[in-house]
Parts: sequence; C-alpha cells; structure tokens
Amino acid sequence: MKTIKNILAVVLITGMLFNCSNDDDMPTGPTGPNFTGTFAQQDQMGRPAVNTVFVSSSSKDDFNITVPSNQNAAFQAMFQANLEALSPAYANPGDMNALGLDSAAFTGLLATDVLNVSLDGTTTFFDGTNVLTGRALADDVITVELLLIFGGEDFTENPGLSNDNVDANDKPFLSSFPYLAAPW
Amino acid sequence: MKNYKKLLGIGSLLIAGLILIAADHIDAPAVQGGTSDITDFYAFQGEGNNSIVFAANVQGLLSPSSTSSAEFDENVLIEFNIDNTGDNVEDLVIQAIPRDGVMYFFGPVAPNSTGLNSTILADNTMQGSVDITSYGGNAIVGTNAGLSYFAGPRDDPFFFDFAQYSAIIGGTATSFNNPGSDTFAGTNVMSIIVEVPKSMIGNSGTINTWVESKRKQ
Repeated sequence: MKTIKNILAVVLITGMLFNCSNDDDMPTGPTGPNFTGTFAQQDQMGRPAVNTVFVSSSSKDDFNITVPSNQNAAFQAMFQANLEALSPAYANPGDMNALGLDSAAFTGLLATDVLNVSLDGTTTFFDGTNVLTGRALADDVITVELLLIFGGEDFTENPGLSNDNVDANDKPFLSSFPYLAAPW
Repeated sequence: MKNYKKLLGIGSLLIAGLILIAADHIDAPAVQGGTSDITDFYAFQGEGNNSIVFAANVQGLLSPSSTSSAEFDENVLIEFNIDNTGDNVEDLVIQAIPRDGVMYFFGPVAPNSTGLNSTILADNTMQGSVDITSYGGNAIVGTNAGLSYFAGPRDDPFFFDFAQYSAIIGGTATSFNNPGSDTFAGTNVMSIIVEVPKSMIGNSGTINTWVESKRKQ
C-alpha cells in the first residue's frame, strides 16, 4: 500500500510538472470503496446487561459515549445506588455476593464496562470455577448476574429472583466458525 | 396458535417500548432500534484454542419475516477494542464496515487515536473482507492471514425471560417462573464475527475488550 502511495505521489507530481493545464490526464485516485471520514461513537458494550440494569434512564446515552477508562469515576456511585435499590440487602454494612464483593466493590468492578478475556485457557463469564474470563455463547450470563445481584454470599438468598429458569439458547450453537446458529 | 403468537409478539413489542431491554438490546434512547444499536457482545476461545472469537450483534429482535430486508448500515462502523496493557484504553482495534454487499475488516492494528472518534484504517496491510451472507443462504466465511470473517443474519444467541424480569421490576410479579420463557426465542440479529489468532492480540494474559458502534459524521 505504501508503494502504491509513493507511485501515486510521483504520478501526481509528474502530472503537475508536465501537464498542469490539462486536468483530464490527472489520476482520479483509487476506484475501490470509499472509507474516508470521521466516525463518532453512538453505542458501546462490554459485559452483558450493564447499561440496562445499572445505569439510570436519563444517563444511558451518556454511558454509551463515556470511554471505559472514565466510566468508574463518572458512574460508580450511580451503579451502587441502583444496585442497593434493586437488592436492598447490599445496603447492609458487610453484605457481600458470592464473589466476596460488597456493594462498592461489585459496582466498582462493573462500572468499567469491559469484558475481561483470558488468552490462556477457558473463556467463560462464570462456569462454577472460572470467573470473568470471557463470554461464551452458551454462558447463562443473566442467571449469573441475577445470582450476584440477589443470591447473597452463597447463592441461596432470594431463589425466586436469582434464576430466570431459561438456561440455554433456542438453537444449538455450531462447533466451528461462525459458531452462531443460522437465523430463524 | 398464530393468534397466540401474534399476541405474544405485540406483548413483546409493548414491553420493549416501555422498558429498556437486556443484554444491550435497545439500551439507550439515542440508538434504540436503529442500525447502530448493539444488542450483544461475545469474546471466547475459538475451536483449536489458539484464537479468540469476537462477535458483535446489532439490530435485535428481528422477526424471521423482517430479517430478509435487514441490512448493515454503510455509515455505521463497528469497532472491536482490545486493551492488552490493563488501563482500559484500546491498544488495538478491529474495524468492520459494509460497502455494497461486502463487509470489510481492518486490524487488529493500533488506532490513529483512541476514544470516541475513529477514522478507518484502510491503509493498514492487515485487512480482509467477506461477502455478506444473505437471509436463507449458507454462511459465507472469509479468511485471510489466519483470521476468519462472517457478516450476516444469525439467530440471536441471547436468552432471558425478559418479560418476567420486567414484570418483577414493574411490581406485577414477585418471582421468576419455572420453567421460564425465553423472550428472544425465534428472533434474529445481524452479526459481525471475526476470529483472530491469539498471537496477534497479546499471546497470553488477560485482555479487556469492548465493542463500539460509530456513525459517519
């Protein structure tokens, strides 16, 4: 690509030197697709359901255009207030979820909305052993999040709120690329 | 059965209109239901364990009848962000944008600048493309330099009894049902999927990753 640019530059200069009165002989540039312009952010997502559950209605657009490195400072307090409203036990001092995180620590983790992905092995949101090492298609991420929000220290609290009892997709996934199932 | 399905469909639409939907479907007013609305993001180890698969879905809750006319927007850039230094700032991006029935991919490569505004890294040598798979057609897979590419309609892989969650949040129910009902069953999304050798994004350790949609100004 660089070579092509150099050649174009030479052609352009040559054209200007020897043919500056005749624009018809000027190169018209690449005829491939046009990829020019500036693209401004509208939506973003790391972990599932974070904006939906933890961000107040009036701030959802704002959350989508705050870079992850600034999200904790801008949104952690809002996340904590909304978590404690949703699951009041978190407001009790010392109350934690099964990851050993209290309200401040859990929302401190979630407010920076990036997905952590291990390059060294199993990639899963949570499989009973590995925690936040990726997000696989079959991961029951909603039940994991419900358990961490409502399930208390040992996943036994609020059983009616801690599992939506939808444990799998409505179509099997593929074992090879593109992995996602064909459309309905 | 058809009437029942229709009722269900209307119910889902009403709920979707009233309450913001998970995982990221219709998450915020500015993007809700539009071509830049990201519905979901997945990142997982690929077949063979030497690669990571990044999947971004946009335009959620497509019924089968509306899927055939669903299209990617040529003004919307989808950008996978990869931080491999632990500061939650992107070190590498993979960009995807459609042109005339083809999805073009650029990267993984360092962006010209980090943050909210992007230019397409079309001069980068790490690039590839794939014809966008049409509704009803077999999945078309593009490959180049160890990467695999796909773009087109797929079943929405997300599952959740969102209707019952909404009822709980709305105060008209106190618990989930058992068994629950998958609100996203039978619906499609538009997917952009790229599989990348681990050696191109950090080899070992943990990366932080997220996906963005960006509209041409």
